[in-house]
Amino acid sequence: MNWFTSLLTSTLGRKMIMALTGLFLVLFLVIHLIGNLQLLKSDGGNAFNVYAQFMGHNPLIQTVSIGNFAFILIHAIWALLLTLHNRRSRGEVGYAVSNNSSAWMSRSMGILGTLILIFLIVHLQGFWFQMKFGNVPFVTVDGKDVKDLYTVVDAAYQNIGFVALYVFSMCALGFHLWHGFASAFQTLGLNHLKYNPIIRFVGRAYAIIVPALFAIIPIWMYLN
Amino acid sequence: MKINLKIWRQKNKDTKGSFKSYALDNVSTDMSFLEMLDVLNHDLIHKGEESVAFDHDCREGICGMCSLYINGRPHGPQQTTTCQLHMRSFKDGETIVIEPWRAKAFPVIRDLVVDRTAFDRIQQAGGYVSVNTGGVPDANEIAISKKIADEAFDSAACIGCGACVAACKNASAMLFVSAKVSQLALLPQGKPERKERVEKMVAQMDAEDFGACTNTGACEAECPKGISLTNIARMNREYFSAITTSYEIELKGGD
Amino acid sequence: MDTARVPIKKINRQMKLDSKIPEGPLAEKWTKHKFNLKLVNPANKRKFDVIVVGTGLAGASAAASLGELGYNVKAFCFQDSPRRAHSIAAQGGINAAKNYQNDGDSVYRLFYDTIKGGDYRAREGNVYRLAEVSVNIIDQCVAQGVPFAREYGGLLANRSFGGAQVSRTFYARGQTGQQLLLGAYSALNRQIANGKVTMYTRSEMLDVVLVDGKARGIVTRDLVTGKIESHAAHAVLICTGGYGNVFFLSTNAKGSNVTAAWRAHKKGALFGNPCYTQIHPTCIPVSGDHQSKLTLMSESLRNDGRVWVPKTARPGLKAKDAANIPEADRDYFLERKYPSFGNLVPRDVASRNAKQMCDEGRGVGSGLAVFLDFSDAIKRDGKKTIEAKYGNLFDMYQQITGDNPYEMPMMIYPAVHYTMGGLWVDYNLMTTVPGLYALGEANFSDHGANRLGASALMQGLADGYFVIPYTLGDYLAGLSPEKVTTDRPEFKEAIDKVNGTINKFLSIKGKRTVDEFHRELGLTMWEFCGMARNEEGLKGAKKKIQALKEAFWKDVNVLGGSQELNQELEKAMRVADFMELGELMVDDALNRSESCGGHFREESQTPDGEALRKDDEFAYVAAWEYKGENQQEVLHKETLVFENVKLTQRSYK
Repeated sequence: MNWFTSLLTSTLGRKMIMALTGLFLVLFLVIHLIGNLQLLKSDGGNAFNVYAQFMGHNPLIQTVSIGNFAFILIHAIWALLLTLHNRRSRGEVGYAVSNNSSAWMSRSMGILGTLILIFLIVHLQGFWFQMKFGNVPFVTVDGKDVKDLYTVVDAAYQNIGFVALYVFSMCALGFHLWHGFASAFQTLGLNHLKYNPIIRFVGRAYAIIVPALFAIIPIWMYLN
Repeated sequence: MKINLKIWRQKNKDTKGSFKSYALDNVSTDMSFLEMLDVLNHDLIHKGEESVAFDHDCREGICGMCSLYINGRPHGPQQTTTCQLHMRSFKDGETIVIEPWRAKAFPVIRDLVVDRTAFDRIQQAGGYVSVNTGGVPDANEIAISKKIADEAFDSAACIGCGACVAACKNASAMLFVSAKVSQLALLPQGKPERKERVEKMVAQMDAEDFGACTNTGACEAECPKGISLTNIARMNREYFSAITTSYEIELKGGD
Repeated sequence: MDTARVPIKKINRQMKLDSKIPEGPLAEKWTKHKFNLKLVNPANKRKFDVIVVGTGLAGASAAASLGELGYNVKAFCFQDSPRRAHSIAAQGGINAAKNYQNDGDSVYRLFYDTIKGGDYRAREGNVYRLAEVSVNIIDQCVAQGVPFAREYGGLLANRSFGGAQVSRTFYARGQTGQQLLLGAYSALNRQIANGKVTMYTRSEMLDVVLVDGKARGIVTRDLVTGKIESHAAHAVLICTGGYGNVFFLSTNAKGSNVTAAWRAHKKGALFGNPCYTQIHPTCIPVSGDHQSKLTLMSESLRNDGRVWVPKTARPGLKAKDAANIPEADRDYFLERKYPSFGNLVPRDVASRNAKQMCDEGRGVGSGLAVFLDFSDAIKRDGKKTIEAKYGNLFDMYQQITGDNPYEMPMMIYPAVHYTMGGLWVDYNLMTTVPGLYALGEANFSDHGANRLGASALMQGLADGYFVIPYTLGDYLAGLSPEKVTTDRPEFKEAIDKVNGTINKFLSIKGKRTVDEFHRELGLTMWEFCGMARNEEGLKGAKKKIQALKEAFWKDVNVLGGSQELNQELEKAMRVADFMELGELMVDDALNRSESCGGHFREESQTPDGEALRKDDEFAYVAAWEYKGENQQEVLHKETLVFENVKLTQRSYK
């Protein structure tokens, strides 16, 4: 095996892939959030629709988004492979009684991740797929015709079940990030007694603020 | 006090095991957990039943030989070794479930005894400084900052009991491996072989079928010697930098 | 038993014990000797096989060093890994005459302190060599990555230990033994990876095999499968530690045993000074009949703790009620009797006095304990200071006893800790059987009648790293490098004998457990061959042990089979050897009617109750020869020659 394959197949290498893809997705969430926050502007959705148009047509964003999908897939598939490997490592007979002394979210990254994946499918089907291939009416903003995604979103967020699903999924995302953010740094070896508290603080703040802002949007739109 | 025990019994590695229940009536709160098992074994032998096999040696918390997964936690309810656990940590009438360490890399030999030689093989892969006896520099030749020496000691305090593997939901041995990698990466004496060491030890760890770390921190929480997760981060760092920068030099002989 | 009637002092004059101490001035002996030792040709080294039994400090360091030299080594340990050996439990530190502190230490001073500390019952030549190589040990360990304590400037720290007047003890917090063992273990691992050492874990040595009078191999039992195996080699090294567990309760690990050394003894290796045992004063007292082992706390506790008992007997006095005893009713007996040393008297003196108080009925708790009180120190220095010094010891104490030593005094009682006696060896560490060596605590050589603190680690590593690599070569150079094999009748004979013993145990099916016998043996040994011994008691003990041994072979109950992991069987075989050893210890204690070091004969004391040596009669090593089952062992004497030190009586008044 050359060094690259042994890196990718070692337990440490696999973890590294989880961490790198995870951190990329963390960055992506910020970009996504900035766009979504346009929904809160009381301009009848113009700003949001311009943003959606930009995201859907800018060649650089298009390239990055392919990467984004790839990273989501890799993150999920590698997680599955690792989980299967780790299950096997316990051996055929497991414990009858277990009082694991780790935090619940640290132990439940697989479940949380699966919930997020299910949410992603619903989410993409509802908006991204509509935007790309669906029949979204056009509106004119600043003299340009753009797809009126705002109306699609607004309509969706009038459904209380849909809003609940969003809020619930953002909770899952929050827990996932609560562990995942700092964990990625730990896995990459970016750990230093001096900076660990900052990483942990930023990670936890991120895990609360970003999902909370995501979740506020549907609630706000539902109430208005 | 009275206690009820549910203990894993297994004849050998090839047979299937199961739980057996026992009751003990006269348990003193001053007994250590292992002394309680001694009493049980004494009773069993008098009843003509074979005693429960379990690993133990120094009984003062340093050799790392004792194990036992007690009520769902390695070394029981306190962050100490089983030999230092005392019965006063349990309630009168309590049922205590005792299982062996569970990991594919730690097969059960008998009852509560498991085979931990995988740990030795990982150490053999590179957990040393390649110096022969004699011909070394004076001990004070290289000054080492006290902070570094203390940190290296913290890592070197690992007793190799395997509680980290037992506690980890992934049966990962990274805390154990990283403790040795860290000790020798921190000290100047370990520097010449730093890269090869971490590559070889990680490769051996993977070959032994231990799981991958998911940073849950259960190992650190259960480690009787308080080995820190920082070691794992250091090992990760050492490993990535080693594998991306190390190279082989081909020897042609002829000397 | 008719053997009791054989007079003990019958001396076999035919065997001449040659210590092989080189001629010449003390400081040149080892250098000269090293030059005179024969060397094995580098190309021939790979043709020699060496067996190392035990992988503690002595065994692991020897196996690694011999592997490095090119010999083929097979190493054996009964634990699941070489890293578990009981050397790991040593707390305090390791002495070395580095004189890094500029406080007047030197090789000669370490030599002198060790000889004096051993109460003038060790060989000058051996002890000097030990002090000489002590400096190399520290260098070696540091090079291996042992994280010794350091000063802020980055250089090694030292402390004064065990009443020494210079700071020569190197340490790694309270876990020096662990760190040194892990260092030796790592060197061993390197040789295992190199293929020069083959490691056999969970394997117990059950016999030495002699071919034509030379040690040529061993018989072992694989403790997992129960398989009896034989291994051949050109030399066998016994590095299996001490025999403190003959007392059942000791600070030794539960598995520590005398079996390997004892089987070697039965094959012709003389046993030296078996009665020399060290009793450590600061151990946690026995808490009940369930007690399985005793825990030692560093004797540094006596630097600040004051030892006392009530002036009048207060049976059952608990630690939490100690505060109710007014100052005037307390007897700080060490301070009273030894005003200049106070609580810091040597281990044997402190231990004996604690026993004396308890014998007078003034013991506290169960009656077998004295108080070690920190209340004055806490008042004087503050809790913070005491916590910084002894925090982990206090925690350990509380963990085990449930009492909080910050609020009430500790209870302590002496416990067996180390055995100075062991297989007799010459200067080359060879026993009286050619090709059979003993290293570390398993031999008798360097500590005389009492071992100084922080010297056990030093001796184990000195033997393994710096003595045996030279001296073994001298023996092997005289042998033909032809392969030795196990297809000799002697091997089959030994295997059959071991199998016979195992089958015997499994067929007795008696009524008592192995531990019950072991406990009884321990009680007898502790009572009559423990801290204080007298002729009457020892004679009675001998009879008791013989009777117990007989009962053991008739009434022990060992369940399970031979072809499986059978911990009861393992114990039974060890206890059988302890029984025989116990009897020999009693013989030796009976023979040595002087008091010296750890051996206190009540008949031999000064008017004020201190140990009285008899140098004109007993300045010799008592080496015992095995004569067969139930036969009286025969005493051989190796006279100790003192050319450099003057023998004086110790005084701590």
